[in-house]
Amino acid sequence: MQLKLTVNGAERTDEIEPRLLLVHYLREIAGLRAANVGCDTTSCGACTVLLNGESVKSCTMLAVQANGREITTAEGLVSETGELSPVQQAFRENHGLQCGFCTPGMVLAATSLLKENPHPTEQEVREGLEGNFCRCTGYHNIVRAVLAAADALAPDTLSPDTLSPEEVSGVNA
Amino acid sequence: MIPAPFEYETAESVPHALSLLATYGEDAKLLAGGHSLLPMMKLRLAQPAVLVDIARLTELSGIRVEGDELVIGATTRHADIAASDVVKSETPILAYAASQVGDPQIRHRGTIGGSLAHADAAADLPMTLVALGGRMEITGPTGVRTVPADDFFVGYFESVLTPDELLTAVRVPRGANAPRGYQKFVRRANDWAIVGVAAYDGRVALASMGSTPLRAVAVEDALRSGASAAEAASHAAEGTSAGADFHADKDYREHLARVLTRRALEGRTG
Repeated sequence: MQLKLTVNGAERTDEIEPRLLLVHYLREIAGLRAANVGCDTTSCGACTVLLNGESVKSCTMLAVQANGREITTAEGLVSETGELSPVQQAFRENHGLQCGFCTPGMVLAATSLLKENPHPTEQEVREGLEGNFCRCTGYHNIVRAVLAAADALAPDTLSPDTLSPEEVSGVNA
Repeated sequence: MIPAPFEYETAESVPHALSLLATYGEDAKLLAGGHSLLPMMKLRLAQPAVLVDIARLTELSGIRVEGDELVIGATTRHADIAASDVVKSETPILAYAASQVGDPQIRHRGTIGGSLAHADAAADLPMTLVALGGRMEITGPTGVRTVPADDFFVGYFESVLTPDELLTAVRVPRGANAPRGYQKFVRRANDWAIVGVAAYDGRVALASMGSTPLRAVAVEDALRSGASAAEAASHAAEGTSAGADFHADKDYREHLARVLTRRALEGRTG
């Protein structure tokens, strides 16, 4: 059947089987290899992409379910001039990765999280990344990266609960 | 893992979905978010010949107040229920339960109707609908019937839905100030409850304590006769039939049911 959708801003039309999973469509037909197949059971989040701006697990979606919709992969976060997105940049600066396998999914899950909640607390970041597993880092630098990205994206409108205890008590003021 | 081949049909309306179900009968499965069905199809535990996609039927999605009830369309996603101001203010336990399903990605796709029709005794929303005393609105070839949540779940992954019917909406009571509590015991991120308890206004429902979400009838009886939360909760395992798996054996689940029921009756969530 015919699939028509937008991938990273470009419209595509492809003839596909209905049973084709979105992640396989992206990797094997669209040639975008950032989304990884990790657990293949909706747990690990390595296959996370954005569907109309919201994080989804592309191993648990048929490509046909994205018909007429907009998909963003980690490749699509990079600007035409090669600049990383603020979330990607924050992962780089905070060493939010080791082997890198989970990273595209982490970055997209974080991008979606910050769209829904621009000023998350550390706890909210941890809960917001519940659907993404990293087996290398222990998550600390990933969480730091997401908090740094939140500051970079909306630095002037910090809510009190995103401030550190020192900042709240005025020690660093 | 790749599902077995199937025909894919997009329903244009509820009557169209029903006519497709009438045509294909037991060979067809309804597809909404696909977060219960697709994992089963990938494991080949389900091999429907036809998928009828109802996710694009806007008439099935949305939340509205109707008298003393909230009416929630079957394809309303968990994320939309969890974030809904009207659900948070009118039936907060449902918004909380929706926020506990899986993880953010799963909540962006999974739907309330899909979760209920899947009828997993370990899942958040079936248990919550039982605790709320909600009702399921089911549309079939002869019209609409309404089934109380207490009667909807009949066995492991089995509801009263017949192959030619469509779960179209869910009705839950408005009760902003009703006493409530919610407990879900898990050992891994984004997992199902090893045991779950939802308490709402004197009703108590348990997850993972039998083949369906169960009412903790003995607890409710004790509460009615004036027992304290702790006394009432000591009856939580009565009438249950918990199984054993690699997470927990029967005794441990029964213990959890008592402890979690007490916490839920004390109004604790999370």
